[in-house]
Amino acid sequence: MSPEPLLRLEGVTCAYAGAPVLVDADLEIGAGDFTGIVGPSGSGKTTLLRAVLGTVSPVAGRIWRRPGLRVGYVPQVETVNWSFPVTVSEAVLMSRTTGRRLPWPSAAERAEVASVLDRLGIGGLGRRHIRELSGGQQQRVFLARALLRRPELLLLDEPTSGVDVRTRHDILHLLADLNQDGLAVVLTTHDLNGIAAHLPHLVCLNTAVTGRGSPQEVLTPEVLERTYGAPMEVLEHGGMLIVVDPAELVTRRATYDTERHQLGTRSAS
Amino acid sequence: MFVWLTEPFEFAFFRHGLMVATMAGALCGLIGVYVTLRGMSYIGHGLSHAIFGGAAASALVGFNFYLGAGMWGMASALAIGRVTRRRIIGSDAAIGVITTASFAFGIALLGLYGQVRRSIDAAIFGSVLGVTVADVWVVAGVTVAAAGVVFAFYRKLLFTTFDPEVADVSGVNTARMDALLMLLLSVSILATMKVLGVVLIAAILVIPPVVARMLTNSFVRMLWLSTLIGALCGFAGMILSYHLDVSSGATIVLVGAALFAVVFAVTGPRGRRRAAGVDVHDAPAPVGR
Repeated sequence: MSPEPLLRLEGVTCAYAGAPVLVDADLEIGAGDFTGIVGPSGSGKTTLLRAVLGTVSPVAGRIWRRPGLRVGYVPQVETVNWSFPVTVSEAVLMSRTTGRRLPWPSAAERAEVASVLDRLGIGGLGRRHIRELSGGQQQRVFLARALLRRPELLLLDEPTSGVDVRTRHDILHLLADLNQDGLAVVLTTHDLNGIAAHLPHLVCLNTAVTGRGSPQEVLTPEVLERTYGAPMEVLEHGGMLIVVDPAELVTRRATYDTERHQLGTRSAS
Repeated sequence: MFVWLTEPFEFAFFRHGLMVATMAGALCGLIGVYVTLRGMSYIGHGLSHAIFGGAAASALVGFNFYLGAGMWGMASALAIGRVTRRRIIGSDAAIGVITTASFAFGIALLGLYGQVRRSIDAAIFGSVLGVTVADVWVVAGVTVAAAGVVFAFYRKLLFTTFDPEVADVSGVNTARMDALLMLLLSVSILATMKVLGVVLIAAILVIPPVVARMLTNSFVRMLWLSTLIGALCGFAGMILSYHLDVSSGATIVLVGAALFAVVFAVTGPRGRRRAAGVDVHDAPAPVGR
């Protein structure tokens, strides 16, 4: 008998102002899972995450969560008001809304915040304002805030959008470490090569679920065309899958040719 | 100088007015932090105008000012909150429609029944002459209650103000926090309206938190600073009001504006950058789908 999942979505359909943005979606997340939800912009990734969180109510279907499930959520950093007057410690401590009601943190809470920040490699930055951090450090602050809730399931909305390659790599490794410790992780991403190809399990979405399985099973030209609505090629390099968008290649080639032509014209004149 | 400062204290009406103005400044400074950081500065302006409609109606039918105007203001605040939460209409537009309609209703009543004009004029521009001992107790009660609410719900109010979506999924009843804040705002406006006046009350909700924001990057320090700056504006404004023979609301706001100009100049680009983030009017639209 398989263990009880953390949550299960059965035939979930969500709509905004009558227009469906997620149709008949099934999803099951178990303890220790590491799942990436991929798809183009407007494919319903964030809506699926919000349905899991319970902030969007489905118009059809059923969402079951294990009673007492603790969920941590890391929103897209683009939605954060970086001018808000909070230090790193204040931001992390926000998620501690139950138990102690006094405004100031207890010694135990301060120690816990320091411990989470240390674990994420941003110890010593507690007194800094959130805007004074690098992109990767900012992402870790909100990861720390989610972890302070001691979640069993961690949901992240585009955790690597707008960060450089090194930071993306660091965040992915950090999430893998947390997953190794038993935390179930679900993230949305549009980055097929940098993130999705490295995850153990993927769900492809284009309003409806278009594929699910390991990267080898879903990063195929057929599933990708169903997901993105355009033909895509998949190459293998050193055991890793690399998705190539032929349309982008054509565009880049055209840009390259134009620049070469302009350079040639300039040097001739 | 000492005589200049103490001379107005000989008059009971001034002592009452000074107490009310100082507490009103502190109260508005405290609540204003949440109002400005939530991008709802305009709501203070709007609600005071909405309450004007209730005040006019209450005066006309001989109903208790605080009860009548308060119920009216609360109904307007809830209507604004309800319209804004649907995200179809921005908060600015919702405030514009609901509160100006209420203000217009008050003006219409003035036109039809001129005998209520005197008390309404005091409500618009603020006056210390009409401040009674009962008013002092009302403002003191509201100030203590507001401080108590902020103390008791500090964490939830901060989380809801900074990141309502994540606060919601983290178990904070954000709708209740929104309603609580609206209630506090309405009651604060109502309690301080007599001294500050309908037209100028919004400035005291905005200036102290903006000045405080230029001075600090910490939320808790901003709360303290804004409350102190509000109290200082109320106190100094009242003394100046007596000596210059200008309405109390105007001098309190002018003291705040002068303080803003000084801090703006002293803190330079860093302060300006900090204050730039205060009061981004509309909440960000949902990202992605």
